[in-house]
Amino acid sequence: MSDPSFSGFAGIASTPATGPSRDDDATQLAATGGPAAGSPDTPPPPFGGGGALPRKRRWSLETWFRGLTTGAGMTVLIIIVAIGAFLIDEAVPALQANHVNFLTYKNWFPSDNPPMFGIAALAFGTVLTSVLALLMAVPVALSIALCLTHYAPRRVASVLGFAIDLLAAVPSIVYGLWGRDYLVTPISGLSAWLHAYFGWIPIFGSDGPYGKSILLGSIVLAIMVLPIVTALVREVFAQTPTMNEEAALALGATKWEMIRIAVLPHGRPGIIAAVILGLGRALGETIALALTLGSTFTISTDLLGNGGNTIAANIVHNFGEADTIGRGALIASGLVLFAITLVVNVVARAIIYRRREFRASAA
Amino acid sequence: MAKRIEANNISAYYGSFKAIDSISLTIEPKSVTALIGPSGCGKSTFLRSINRMHEVLPGAHVEGSLTIDGQNIYDRDVDVTAVRRMIGMVFQRPNPFPTMSIYDNVVAGLRLGGLRRKSALDDACEKALRSANLWNEVHTRLSRPGAGLSGGQQQRLCIARTIAVEPQVVLMDEPCSALDPISTLAIEDLITELKSEYTIVIVTHNMQQAARVSDRTAFFSIDKTGDPGRLIEFDDTTRIFTNPNEKKTEDYITGRFG
Amino acid sequence: MTTETLTRSASLKARRLPIWVPWAAGAVSAVIAYLVIYVGGQLRGGVAMTVVAAAMLFVIILGAVSFSVEGSRAARNRVFATAIYMACALAALPLVYLVKTLIDNGLDRFDAEFFTHSMRDITPFDGGGGAYHAMIGTLEQAGIATLITVPLGVGCAIYIVEYGKGRLVKTVQFFVDVMTGIPSIVAGLFILAFWVVIVSPVFNNGRPGYSGFAAALALSVLMLPTVTRSSEEMLRLVPIALREGAYALGIPKWKTILKIVLPTAGAGIVTGIMLAVARAAGETAPVILVAGGTDSINRNPFHGNQESLAAFVYDQARLATKFGAPRAWSAALTLVLLVLVLTIAAKLLARRSTLR
Repeated sequence: MSDPSFSGFAGIASTPATGPSRDDDATQLAATGGPAAGSPDTPPPPFGGGGALPRKRRWSLETWFRGLTTGAGMTVLIIIVAIGAFLIDEAVPALQANHVNFLTYKNWFPSDNPPMFGIAALAFGTVLTSVLALLMAVPVALSIALCLTHYAPRRVASVLGFAIDLLAAVPSIVYGLWGRDYLVTPISGLSAWLHAYFGWIPIFGSDGPYGKSILLGSIVLAIMVLPIVTALVREVFAQTPTMNEEAALALGATKWEMIRIAVLPHGRPGIIAAVILGLGRALGETIALALTLGSTFTISTDLLGNGGNTIAANIVHNFGEADTIGRGALIASGLVLFAITLVVNVVARAIIYRRREFRASAA
Repeated sequence: MAKRIEANNISAYYGSFKAIDSISLTIEPKSVTALIGPSGCGKSTFLRSINRMHEVLPGAHVEGSLTIDGQNIYDRDVDVTAVRRMIGMVFQRPNPFPTMSIYDNVVAGLRLGGLRRKSALDDACEKALRSANLWNEVHTRLSRPGAGLSGGQQQRLCIARTIAVEPQVVLMDEPCSALDPISTLAIEDLITELKSEYTIVIVTHNMQQAARVSDRTAFFSIDKTGDPGRLIEFDDTTRIFTNPNEKKTEDYITGRFG
Repeated sequence: MTTETLTRSASLKARRLPIWVPWAAGAVSAVIAYLVIYVGGQLRGGVAMTVVAAAMLFVIILGAVSFSVEGSRAARNRVFATAIYMACALAALPLVYLVKTLIDNGLDRFDAEFFTHSMRDITPFDGGGGAYHAMIGTLEQAGIATLITVPLGVGCAIYIVEYGKGRLVKTVQFFVDVMTGIPSIVAGLFILAFWVVIVSPVFNNGRPGYSGFAAALALSVLMLPTVTRSSEEMLRLVPIALREGAYALGIPKWKTILKIVLPTAGAGIVTGIMLAVARAAGETAPVILVAGGTDSINRNPFHGNQESLAAFVYDQARLATKFGAPRAWSAALTLVLLVLVLTIAAKLLARRSTLR
């Protein structure tokens, strides 16, 4: 991880700067002497142009590029606003037809007469499974990233990196099927063990039979989120400035201490961004959870027993047979998911930007 | 507090490439020794082998022995981190920890060593910053980020960080090369002051600086690119710069090459 | 003097554990765990419990021995290093199990027919058929989605990091973050309502048009926040000094970004892109909703129903007969291999052309 080479400059700076066609910011100055260019027996103008500085052009490449990127930013903004508007438009009629409090009602009967549906259980399940998944995945992801960048020898690191890419390439439905058909037995065993020895803690209170459960769903979700967080955090750790690592070592720090004072603090904003992306994936994961959770509508912290449901999984289960109000209800639940993501992101951004000045980088 | 350094046939490798060949010299305590020579002759490599930073690079290793007050730091059961706690290093480019405040930077080494009491840390911080001639400029803003200072101030902050742990030896790898003349002068004055308490070894490209600051000077050189660096001459600074023994030294000093 | 609480040892030596100690600790832990758990049946016995117990014992024993001989700092160093390696091993377990399952099941139908035929005229009671049509679908849909998302996402990231100012850029950042949480099915619903129902009839003689392109649009919506956010972070990692050096040479900002900043951040940005592509290629719900699904080969992504590998897996997995599952797993294996190859190729390409 040496300092970036500046060899890229050579190719760029050698584009000849010819008079008025230079497109950088420059103010106009009066000509201050120097030979008139072009006359037969005067020397050619110096490389830097000489004479008067060119006037700033109104529509230079710079303006175009800036416009393009700003356009990209605005397009993204428009897309998200459009999605929001669409969701609201579809959701409102259903919400109006709802006879119970959307936020506190636990069950889901939008096609009944009168329609009654609420996201209490769904939102709870969404947050619970996502938080559990992240709690399991993030420490492992950080460890793997550290291993890849600072601990493992080259060969092992590339194999491990390949394995992470492999995990990322597996489609969600495969995770769902694998979780439902293959992981369910080991997790049942784990659940039984947890209940036997820790059953006095309420979250391990259920005594079986063990099948689809929040534990199963969360573990599958954790495995799905792992590659995302790992891959991104690894890039961040790899870019820790070598000189800060050396400064720490020169002070007599052990390897772990060096990581603690040079690598991790530098990587904090990147880690948080990676966690946000992982969380986003977890919150929005549809198929895998539909297959591994129990689709009940209860609010319970029982991790081991049959149960668990998330907003996204509920949409999958009910979309096929939903009528207009049913669809509107499902979409309204999607809106709630947006709100949850919003809150989480506000908090995360606040954490990063609280210590903005302590970053060594550009923006 | 300061210690005597004795290098015995130190050779350093980057993988299979030999960078320096059989360097032997003795550095007296509480003195300033300058390592001079043309680019690529192994001065920094030798410096980094004194505090065992050379082996941090993958594939790099050192042969030979180097004793600090009689203890060979390259012995098999020596704790590398203990060596580095005893020998501090200031790098070419100032590198304060960007995520830490000035205060945290200075006491970083002390905190690593287990010192927790705020009053002790405060005292140590003030003492180190005063020794580095930085206290007056920063004492009102110790909680500001370390990276927010000017280049010269950052380098003095790094020096404060290094001496806060009260090492026996301070190594400096071209500490002023990234600084302006005023800051350079400030740091040279600092080195002269620190000499009374520490053994200092400084690598420098600037011969005038070596002449100003050091008691003894070691001249390194290489025969041609790709050869390992060798110690050509090691003597009192005044002798090296006025009447060197070796012709190569004289050629370098007088600017005939290098 | 501030040295009262610093451990200042006169000697540099004699505080290191000999190399054989960790091995001995490992052996001791393994033996104890074996005797107590596996043979003795404590804590319900079993292989898994034995391994876990051995690991925990190892950490405890090594930590204690190191602490007493080498001191707390060295002990902490060893313990954390061990914990980190163990976490990696822990992650390897489900990975190995998953891959084993995937390969075991997937190789059943990993034959020539699978790769060259579609499901046309294949009923649930037939064992043949293939996923050729689904492969084309996945490649085209993910490909188009990537073509849309990369300029938009990276461009947006450039805007955020290099040009954005004030509340507008904060708004954009905020909404990008919110977008990360969209469930794939909601993205599908949006494209269904917006593109399929409203816009596409314009091109399709007034009838709503399911197409691969619609799926690509839905996938773009899913990919966009990942690409934007990760590109943003990678761009921020590029040191200011690099940009300033270029500006000082008189290089205009747009050129600096294109030729210096982007290549430096290149490998990281590619990582983010490939993560998004991997997700997009594996999405089922949006494809089913707006691409319609079909058994036949359709090479035109802009017109007519299309299938994708992920949707194929879903369809086959739901078949009641025994012929569905093998096809599903083979398709899954194909998809994983496809994305893997693309990811590795993209990363190799990026590392070669990145300025480091």
